[in-house]
Amino acid sequence: MRIESKTQFESLQAESRARHSDAKAEIHVCCGTGCLANGSKAVAEAFAAEAEKRNANGGPPLVVKPTGCHGFCERGPLVAFKPSGLLYTKVKAAAVSEVVEKTVEGGEILSRFLYKDPTDKSRIEQYTDIPFYKHQNRVAMRNIGLIDPTDILDAVAEGAYAGLAKALFDMDPDQVIDEVETSGLRGRGGAGFSTARKWRSCKKAEGDRRFVLCNGDEGDPGAFKDRSIMEGDPHSVIEGMIIGAYALGAHEGFIYVRDEYPLAIVNLMIALEQARAFGLLGTNILGTGFDFDIKISRGGGAFVCGESSALMLSIAGKVGEPRAKYVHSTAKGLFDLPTVLNNVETWANIGAIIDKGGTWYASMGTEKSKGTKAFSLVGKVKNTGLIELEMGTTLRHIIFDIGGGILADRPFKAVQTGGPSGGCVPESLLDLPVDFEKLTEAGSMMGSGGMIVMDDRTCMVDVARYFLAFLIEESCGKCTPCREGLRQMLVIYDDLVEGRGKTGDIERIERLAKGMQLGSLCELGKSAPNPVLSTLRYFRDEYEAHINDNACPAGMCRELTAYRILEDLCGGCHACFKACPVDAITGEPKSLHTIHHDACISCGACFDVCPDQAIETFPKNTLFETEVV
Amino acid sequence: MTTEHCAVDLAPAAEILEGYPPEEASLIQVLQDVHRAYNYLPCDVLGTVAKTLNVPLAKVFSVSTFYKAFALEPQGDTIIKICVGTACHIRGAGQLVEELERKLGIGPDQTTEDMKFTVKTVNCVGACAMAPVMIVGETYHGSAKPARVGKFLAEAEVDHAD
Repeated sequence: MRIESKTQFESLQAESRARHSDAKAEIHVCCGTGCLANGSKAVAEAFAAEAEKRNANGGPPLVVKPTGCHGFCERGPLVAFKPSGLLYTKVKAAAVSEVVEKTVEGGEILSRFLYKDPTDKSRIEQYTDIPFYKHQNRVAMRNIGLIDPTDILDAVAEGAYAGLAKALFDMDPDQVIDEVETSGLRGRGGAGFSTARKWRSCKKAEGDRRFVLCNGDEGDPGAFKDRSIMEGDPHSVIEGMIIGAYALGAHEGFIYVRDEYPLAIVNLMIALEQARAFGLLGTNILGTGFDFDIKISRGGGAFVCGESSALMLSIAGKVGEPRAKYVHSTAKGLFDLPTVLNNVETWANIGAIIDKGGTWYASMGTEKSKGTKAFSLVGKVKNTGLIELEMGTTLRHIIFDIGGGILADRPFKAVQTGGPSGGCVPESLLDLPVDFEKLTEAGSMMGSGGMIVMDDRTCMVDVARYFLAFLIEESCGKCTPCREGLRQMLVIYDDLVEGRGKTGDIERIERLAKGMQLGSLCELGKSAPNPVLSTLRYFRDEYEAHINDNACPAGMCRELTAYRILEDLCGGCHACFKACPVDAITGEPKSLHTIHHDACISCGACFDVCPDQAIETFPKNTLFETEVV
Repeated sequence: MTTEHCAVDLAPAAEILEGYPPEEASLIQVLQDVHRAYNYLPCDVLGTVAKTLNVPLAKVFSVSTFYKAFALEPQGDTIIKICVGTACHIRGAGQLVEELERKLGIGPDQTTEDMKFTVKTVNCVGACAMAPVMIVGETYHGSAKPARVGKFLAEAEVDHAD
């Protein structure tokens, strides 16, 4: 059914809202990539089969919806019940008929599926009472988890395309840009450039053909907000792009999606098709005479293609090597024509901003960073997952209140933000309010919203080395400072982690970093030294320990670390014996176990499984000393 | 480039090429479809792609080698991807790579002699909350432990036999 007027759109909204109003209950099964890995597909199928069986008997129907990522991946598969608001975690397919029987039909709450608060061990029933959700404020992710991403009516019922209708029927293109300006929205891809300014500069550029692009090449390791948005609510992205195209007078758009995100591509394709069928996309949108269509361009698995000029070359079928930016892509972008490229999350915000107004959006956040921001909270934290918060929330609140603190209650060491272009923020800055400016001041950056929490068992020299190795693989090799600078730096880091560090290495690293910052062609190279410099800034003592004492204070660098079992603490549980991949541990169950250093490869598998904390690390060089004695 | 060592059926490639406008902008999309159809990019097919899209063969090779999604060698029946993103790295992805080396005798970007498995490392699959993640064929395994790697491999062999 094509929608061709404002009235028709309004009746579509009313219809889609009324669609499930007679349902006895709606069962939302999370089918994001995380929950799918935990077996949620079978859970969703089991619920659907159970509902079909019961609906055949008549009466108010049960509606089962496979939804996008609820964010709380750690506890998946997640199942939410509407209208009660109850949330079950870790639901297995085998338990589904019991859940329908007892909870849906009988109203009994099965406490074993309830979320257990890690601090006070209490069981929490309501979705909105769980600390992980309680503190969130969702704008870009407003509909994720509420809708079936493959059903456009579900999205419309939750408000999708309301912003588009408002823009097309009640506003002229310049008013749309003004509204975005009022909102203070800045690019969510990481750099934080003003969205309205970008749009204006593209609009000013000469030419009668221009493009609207969406950057879904979320390559930063540790970030997956864009994946979840594209998978869980593709309509928010599409709606934002149509509004942007209307404001700019563009008729062609592309969404560039990473090859590693197959589900996002499938859901976007379905959403585009459905939007076209309803006359929300394509020719004569909503009967207004405005034409705009979107194609999907699949990436080829190159991190550098997240850089704007490389991305545009890649869409054109070429090798993604960035160019120098003296000409902006707003003037000469895709196929050398004026182009606006925004991140997935930026586009997802647009519909809500137009619908609710720029002033509403600007009422959230800090002075210069308005609105909310999506983060993926991962690493050594209890509640890993995806969250959206008002800008200006402190790191402490994010990690300890929402994240529930550090795994196994170990000490917090640092949080890494901004991916390979960002840095590590130490404990002393935990009260830092997170926004674009504050993170940059701390030597890190917002980046694409990945927050990787690290505990005392993370070696900061190794973390910096990890990012260098990552970037060497992903550098396109076009300019020398980035290509060779990274390589030389890695040589030094290999020395550090393998016990060959020398006095003067730190200074050599700093000199190379300076050169790369000054001389690299694109942001990938210019920002590549950030992880190195931020770890040096806050954890210089760890570098010095590697060089001066041949020791890794975190006990992670294998060449420098040995493991031993503490006699007093070992309960003889035999777990380490089973975990050791090289049979370097001997001992009978219920008796003291021993690590044999000649066979041990210092992998730490025993340390990770020991329930009694009976295994400790010590510098390997002292091992040789004692043996000589 | 000789043709004798890479005698492949060109029909699937021809069918793929029909679905795209014959221009350079189609190149990456065509190569992705070809890769899906053949499980790698056979050199004969690249020649056909170059001719049909009217792009120099050198450019086709340049694109094929630049993007990580493409392999120029035949790959194993099951592709094992180990995510080495930051979250997976600090939660022990390296141990998974080592365990596969011990179990299969191959490192990243290598294929077992019996053509059953190819091991790859990928820079973040975006399932960081489940770190470390290992994808065997199409199946995602979250919070993967080295001790479970053997089981994953056995399951994959059974799946493939089906």
